[in-house]
Amino acid sequence: MENDFIEILKDVFEVDEIGFGDRFRDYDSWSSLTNIALIAMLDDEYDIIIDDKEFRGIETVEELFNEIKIRTA
Amino acid sequence: MNDVFTLKGKEILITGASKGIGRSIAVICSKNGAEVHITARNSEGLENTMNLMHTNGHDLHTADLGITEEVNALAKELPILDGLVLNAGIVKTMPVRFIKEEGIDVTFDVNIKGSILLIKQLLKLKKIRENGSICFISSVASKKMTVGNAIYSASKGAINSFTKSLALELAPKGIRVNAVLPGMVKTNILQDSSISEDDLKNHLNKYPIGRFGKPEDISYLVVYLLSNASAWMTGSLLTIDGGYSIS
Repeated sequence: MENDFIEILKDVFEVDEIGFGDRFRDYDSWSSLTNIALIAMLDDEYDIIIDDKEFRGIETVEELFNEIKIRTA
Repeated sequence: MNDVFTLKGKEILITGASKGIGRSIAVICSKNGAEVHITARNSEGLENTMNLMHTNGHDLHTADLGITEEVNALAKELPILDGLVLNAGIVKTMPVRFIKEEGIDVTFDVNIKGSILLIKQLLKLKKIRENGSICFISSVASKKMTVGNAIYSASKGAINSFTKSLALELAPKGIRVNAVLPGMVKTNILQDSSISEDDLKNHLNKYPIGRFGKPEDISYLVVYLLSNASAWMTGSLLTIDGGYSIS
């Protein structure tokens, strides 16, 4: 699951490396479009509908991964 | 008010009438004297719409416009109609790079294909009265683009072209076909999409009238299109967006 998750993020943000400590909003490719893509991918891949307020509270790749783990447990 | 704007005695079908704009159109048509037939996938939502409608004599038909057999069955059940409002629609926000075939199919099936098949069946069964009126609910998104909405915009663009083409074809029968292109209207369709609160706030700045639309703003225009007041209007794409497209 961890590898798939990292591959999805690489695809969304078009980067070669993703670190768990990364703040994904700091990526050069972060934009309203990648924001939409990320939320849509969470819905598609994990059946998670995350609302805007909650999403804004998630800052790092690790926090996002943990959120998915909790919700898919 | 001259009663040229009334819908009294008219039989009107409204698709996607279980919530939002479709529900409002149904309620306001009923208040203007129409006999209203409503359809959607969600029968509970349809029941709620029925309860909000003025007077009796209306009926509901649960059907999924994405399924051809259900479209055909619906056409069979309906009486001869004076007006049709094709409002059923879905939004799926997704950058093109991540679009899946299934997402394209669902959007086009519901937003355009189901409506086309329904109209085709009704025409075949001679269930659209001469001098009737067909009204599509398109979107200003067919003309003014925002990122992430390519498939939605494309499906609404298809509605615009179909509207004009059908208008030409049905003009000899006196059947008029027009489309309404609303800007952002506050309905649940927004909550189902991936638009953030911040994006919505920023978007509001682009509306010179200073607010998003209410479902009834759209309904009053639809009532005009269904009434005899618009007898000379056909093939028109009517933008109604609080000034969004001129800002």
